[in-house]
Amino acid sequence: MARLNPWRWGVLGLAGLYFLIPLAASVIFTVNVPGQGVTFDAYTEILSADGFLPSLRLSLELAVATIVIVLLLMVPAMVALRLGAPRLRPVVEVVCSLPLVVPPIAYVAGIATVLKWGPDYLSRTPLFMTFEAVQNPSFPFVLVLAYVVMALPFVYRALDAGLRAVDVRTLVEAARSCGAAWPQALVRVVLPNLRGALLNASFLTLALVLGEFTVAQLLGFRPFAVWIYSISGSQAQLSVAVSVLSLLVTWALLLALAGLGGRGRTTATRG
Amino acid sequence: MTTALTRADVATAAPTRRRRRVPGWLAVVPLLLFTALAFGLPALAMLNGAFTAKDPASGATSYTTANMTASVQGAYVTALLGSVKLSALAAALATVLGLPLAQAVVTSRSAALREAVLTASGVLANFGGVPLAFAFVATLGNAGVLTTHLGLTDAGWDLYSFWGLVVVYLYFLIPMMVLTAAPALEGLRSQWREAAHNNGANTFQFWRHVALPVLTPTLLGSFVLLFGSAFAAYATARAMVGAAVPLVTLQIADALSGNVLIGQEHVALALSLDMVLVAAVVMAVYLPLQRRSARWLA
Repeated sequence: MARLNPWRWGVLGLAGLYFLIPLAASVIFTVNVPGQGVTFDAYTEILSADGFLPSLRLSLELAVATIVIVLLLMVPAMVALRLGAPRLRPVVEVVCSLPLVVPPIAYVAGIATVLKWGPDYLSRTPLFMTFEAVQNPSFPFVLVLAYVVMALPFVYRALDAGLRAVDVRTLVEAARSCGAAWPQALVRVVLPNLRGALLNASFLTLALVLGEFTVAQLLGFRPFAVWIYSISGSQAQLSVAVSVLSLLVTWALLLALAGLGGRGRTTATRG
Repeated sequence: MTTALTRADVATAAPTRRRRRVPGWLAVVPLLLFTALAFGLPALAMLNGAFTAKDPASGATSYTTANMTASVQGAYVTALLGSVKLSALAAALATVLGLPLAQAVVTSRSAALREAVLTASGVLANFGGVPLAFAFVATLGNAGVLTTHLGLTDAGWDLYSFWGLVVVYLYFLIPMMVLTAAPALEGLRSQWREAAHNNGANTFQFWRHVALPVLTPTLLGSFVLLFGSAFAAYATARAMVGAAVPLVTLQIADALSGNVLIGQEHVALALSLDMVLVAAVVMAVYLPLQRRSARWLA
């Protein structure tokens, strides 16, 4: 196989160039400002930039709420599929794949239509209050609903991989014969065994919410990605600096996670 | 959740049986209810809105196919075709360019390299969006680092164009190709290569007559998946080109927010339905192909 090496390194080298140049160029773009020479202002200004902290905080809050809800919905369902309801498995699989068939832009078009029902038809009913509440600009819960749906495919795959690696039924039966109640068996036996999968699902959801733009922009909210977009016209250097940082932080988080989970995954498939 | 489980548990426990059975479907119900509300409702609203029209004078709504007809005419059909063309070209390029990269990664003897590239691909394939667009603006935009240093503008380069979008889309499509092709390439048994060589085939003949035919369903499936992903992309295009390139996602956004014409919401919904139909076709083609390639490579 040694004769293939130059070919392989050529391919890898070209790919490396294509994937690294935009990042490197972005860093140069933010550091080397025409007329000012080399300056790190774009990075030092981030924290004090108008709207940075509120938008980042909003995104993080949305992410936490999304993670909590998606896990509360998915973990019991996925565990139950293994234990008592294998026949529902295709149903859940299809439900969790549906968001892949409806692009975010089409989904948000539907959401916007539903939200318009509020003022159009429901203004005299208590439901109207709910419609108003989910669109509260300081914490738009409607975004959480959308993000939970959009995270379902990722979370399904992560949890499915985690559950495949452990024998849930045996674990639960062992815990039950040792006298554990159902909640105890779930929380103290099953969940710790799924730690990697839960972490994986959480980080994927976090990355999804932090980077999400389509739904938030079209519904008129201003989390992190929309904020970057909104400053790009006036503060190009700053927007690129924040972009680079957010890409690097997301990748670092996910790479670290893959480093932790990857080893478990390969041993599981080989074993 | 757990309380629901315990209560149902007690209710169904037969007095003579020590072993209690949990009705497992109870734990699935909240998930199904949630998706029915948060996903089903908007989806139905889209479907309904795509086929209704509101009479501005009386305010009465009526069912019509006018929106669907409008969505495949004029500027809208230009945008639909623009999206299809861009996605098809970008997906085809990514399939062709991603395959050698996936092969180089899969056949590498360094497990660390393989793991790192596959993980990085997973990240790149899913989480680009606005930051990715700005990274490219800083690199190849009008004032971008490469553009100014290499004088690309004089050479006719323009990032805010069809080909500019293709270059950026490849940044998340190639990693996606690597991810979908890697399992299939791992499934190419070395015995097949050895058998081919023993029968006197050279490397080209092995690929032409053995590997590519086995990989064809995978390649087609990957192409279709990449096409769907490029077709649905909005954030990157919006942040980069604004409205310079007609794309269906940009059209929907403009029509929704009343940017261009007032009262186009129903056409936006019809266009969304067009997109869902395309995505459904994508899945209908992809899933059988994936099953077919899984049969060979299992």
